[in-house]
Amino acid sequence: MDLSNILFYVFAALTLLCGVLVIANPFSRNPVTSAMFLVLTIISMAGLFVLLHAFFLAAVQILVYAGAVIVLFLFVIMLLDLKEESRRKIKIYGVIAGVISVGAILAIFLKSLRATNLQPQPSPSIEGGTAALGKLLFTNYVLPFEVVSVLLLVAMIGVILLSKKDLK
Amino acid sequence: MPVGLEHYLTVSFLLFALGLLGVIMRRNLLVIYMSLELMLNAANLALVAFSRFNNKLDGQVLVFFIITVAAAEVSVGLALIVALYRRRQSAHVEDLTSMKL
Repeated sequence: MDLSNILFYVFAALTLLCGVLVIANPFSRNPVTSAMFLVLTIISMAGLFVLLHAFFLAAVQILVYAGAVIVLFLFVIMLLDLKEESRRKIKIYGVIAGVISVGAILAIFLKSLRATNLQPQPSPSIEGGTAALGKLLFTNYVLPFEVVSVLLLVAMIGVILLSKKDLK
Repeated sequence: MPVGLEHYLTVSFLLFALGLLGVIMRRNLLVIYMSLELMLNAANLALVAFSRFNNKLDGQVLVFFIITVAAAEVSVGLALIVALYRRRQSAHVEDLTSMKL
């Protein structure tokens, strides 16, 4: 068993463990704790991206998610006063219904994966470096790229409008 | 057994299920939002794995776009939550059951 396989199992276990702690932490119901475990999930997922040779995406994942999105989450959590919220109980029926339905969906997923006959792939050779990805982004995908930039502008205007004091 | 596509897909499925469970189970609007991010990340992982094992870079370009859209979505969603909190003084789904503000 070589190193990359061991690293895969380590990062996968870390991702799933921190994912569990995001949604159901037995020690703390504080949203700040969830946000911190979300950071850990995202960083270990960036490790999985590196194992898949998607180096640019791993960097973007850490920069955008761990750097921007989580900071935004933390700002909002600290802006809202959520002390009283954390004391409320989780509804037991909601948990049971959620576990049953999610388990059913997961069973379908895994069963379909088992039923799919995955051909033995040729040994993967692509490298998701910045140069290769950038070349593709500015040739084949230049129109989606421009549309996404407009989308970011729209989102920015929307956020400014929404965060004005009176929604008029 | 070498780590192949199915291993990555299994991790992705499990992570997606975790996110879905969080959306159903938790009652705090912000934690629900974090679970949504978890589900988006699971989809990203599946796309990158497919891209790697099919020797095509297009999947990674799609992930790039998903990350961009997710960033825009998070900013708008959090602004909505803050605006809602100003009106209702609560970020709890059980307090937010009527459509009229």
